[in-house]
Amino acid sequence: MTMKANTRQVDGVAIVDCSGRITLGEGSVILRDTVRDLLSKGNKKILLNLADVNYIDSSGIGELVSAFTTTKNQGGELKLLKLTKKVNDLLQITKLYTVFDVKDDETTAVKSFK
Amino acid sequence: MAMTEQRVSYTLDSTLETVDSAEDKATRFAIKLGFGEDEVMQISMAVREGAVNAVLHGNAYAPDKKITLEFVHTTHDLVITIRDQGKGMDLSKIPNPLAPENLLKTSGRGIFLMRSFMDVVEIRPSQTGTELKLIKHVHGSSAGGKEASQ
Repeated sequence: MTMKANTRQVDGVAIVDCSGRITLGEGSVILRDTVRDLLSKGNKKILLNLADVNYIDSSGIGELVSAFTTTKNQGGELKLLKLTKKVNDLLQITKLYTVFDVKDDETTAVKSFK
Repeated sequence: MAMTEQRVSYTLDSTLETVDSAEDKATRFAIKLGFGEDEVMQISMAVREGAVNAVLHGNAYAPDKKITLEFVHTTHDLVITIRDQGKGMDLSKIPNPLAPENLLKTSGRGIFLMRSFMDVVEIRPSQTGTELKLIKHVHGSSAGGKEASQ
């Protein structure tokens, strides 16, 4: 399943509803382009909703890290919302769970941005 | 000594499509062998990561170089071998992705994930290519009891 990313604004936070697979190739490119586009338009608070992302490979993990560091380097914040078990397990074994701010509830997540 | 029950091999181009194809073949093979859902995901992901390394880092998308993918189902194991025709790799230069200084790197997790998901991972680099062997043990009646066919 091809990755899709739809962006909506909630209380100044850009929420990106991702679905499908974030893998080497199109999936990673879509995520990269979406985050870069948001940053270029001044969005500094980005919440990636991964509830419907059922698969991420190492390239996709790398793309998440890249999105996180790129946002941070531009003075913004990028957080993750609603991880599936598979994605959660991947972030656990790669120790990236300690890097990302992961939220389970959208309202709480939106309020958590500074 | 384990008896070979089934062997299937493919020769594939050095393309992105090969990565998806290898993953798909691994998924179908693992399902046919009766592995559980989590193990199927682990096997298919390990093969995907191996195929990515072969296509990108091994053959570097070269159209004249091929990837070979082989599945062997023995009594006790599923043995998957991926070979490329690249220049080999220096295993001593593979960083530990869990080291604090590497956590925010955007690459370098493929082999780590393979080792996390498979029971045995063997990498044999040479100047004419790298051979990657991924082994998943067949446990009890959860796998191996079904006859697989292609």
